[in-house]
Amino acid sequence: MSTQVPEQEAEAEAETEVEQEPERPPVSAHQQRRLAEKRERASMRQRAEEELSEADESVEIKVFRYDPEVEGKKDPRFDTFAVPYEKGMTVLDALIYARDHFDSSLTFRHSCRQAICGSDAFFVNGRQRLGCKTQLSDLEWPVRIEPLPHADVVKDLVVEMEHFYEQMEAVEPYFQTNEVPKGDLEEQRQSRENREKIKMSTRCIWCAACMSSCNIAAGDNQYLGPAAINKAYRFAMDEREGADMTEHRLNLVEQEHGVWRCQTQFSCTEVCPKDIPLTEHIQALKREAVKKNLKFW
Amino acid sequence: MSQSYDRGLVEDFGRWQEFSAGMWAWVLHKFTGWVLIGYLFTHIAVLSTATVSGEVYTETIQGLESLLVVRFLEVGLLGVAVFHIINGVRLLFVDLGVGLENQDKAFYAALIATAAITVASIPTFLMGAF
Repeated sequence: MSTQVPEQEAEAEAETEVEQEPERPPVSAHQQRRLAEKRERASMRQRAEEELSEADESVEIKVFRYDPEVEGKKDPRFDTFAVPYEKGMTVLDALIYARDHFDSSLTFRHSCRQAICGSDAFFVNGRQRLGCKTQLSDLEWPVRIEPLPHADVVKDLVVEMEHFYEQMEAVEPYFQTNEVPKGDLEEQRQSRENREKIKMSTRCIWCAACMSSCNIAAGDNQYLGPAAINKAYRFAMDEREGADMTEHRLNLVEQEHGVWRCQTQFSCTEVCPKDIPLTEHIQALKREAVKKNLKFW
Repeated sequence: MSQSYDRGLVEDFGRWQEFSAGMWAWVLHKFTGWVLIGYLFTHIAVLSTATVSGEVYTETIQGLESLLVVRFLEVGLLGVAVFHIINGVRLLFVDLGVGLENQDKAFYAALIATAAITVASIPTFLMGAF
């Protein structure tokens, strides 16, 4: 992961150039700014080419491009960018470089750059990975970057997340209980063992890599998906929620399109960037559901 | 607002090349399961016509065993059944939540065991076939 802020490019040269154009008709401040930005971009490109020729090593990235709103970009294609490689460079760093220096219309989500916000899950070299957590040195070059499979593409690498969020919200992913301790200021304690049990499941960052990798979720739109079931596990296994709530949660996930859809293909567990044992959690909820319904007395 | 479109190759069957152990185990388990169901129905259909008398039964079995292709199919059937059994045990452990970190190794072990048992069965099944 690289969290360093890229060096600020000098902007002074672009600004001085604006004043040296007397024959042009007077332009608005807004237009002037846009022209300046355009030149700035052009010089960024020039600088990038210089950097490329100076760099010891450059990495080629093939990026999926698609824009339904622009004529001529409606047909999906792959664009290739050469990016000067630096030690510790991630897939996201390369994408940011390509966008800043070559094509400002290249669109992708990113925010924290340290695998916490969960915005930059891509399909990199045929596998769902977090852009900011994937080192270019760990990949085969040229690196192929596509949007998440089994999700609608909005533009370039941006996919529609609404369905994923709906499934996450369907399991009520928040703490709720009707068992409150009696004392006025008494805390709601959790045992260490119980915390250990749910520890991994709390790490989910809602990046949707698991949902995208899941074969069942691809074919069954109503399936809750690994991330949502993991959320359900996180609260159903939390002792502080009380028996009533646990039963309510199990009712939510033991439906036809809930835990029973899982066929233990382990795809989700393998792609999870936070190493959550998703299949294990789904299987645990299956056992709880069976225990709840099977009574021999 | 924005529309989406069918991404074709990204999502099609070409993805089998990127399958991991768990996925292959699932695919093979489904496949062997269907083969076994197919076999069981054929088994019932064939043998139910042969249970008229002892002679007809012996004749049917001997007739089948004299065909070379049947001998080879028997080896295949054993392989399919053995994989389904061993992987079924692996899935039982997965259902119990035991050793999920080693599920991929368990799958490879199942493949190796299947191969070994199938190869070991060849002399028995093909004896006197040629």
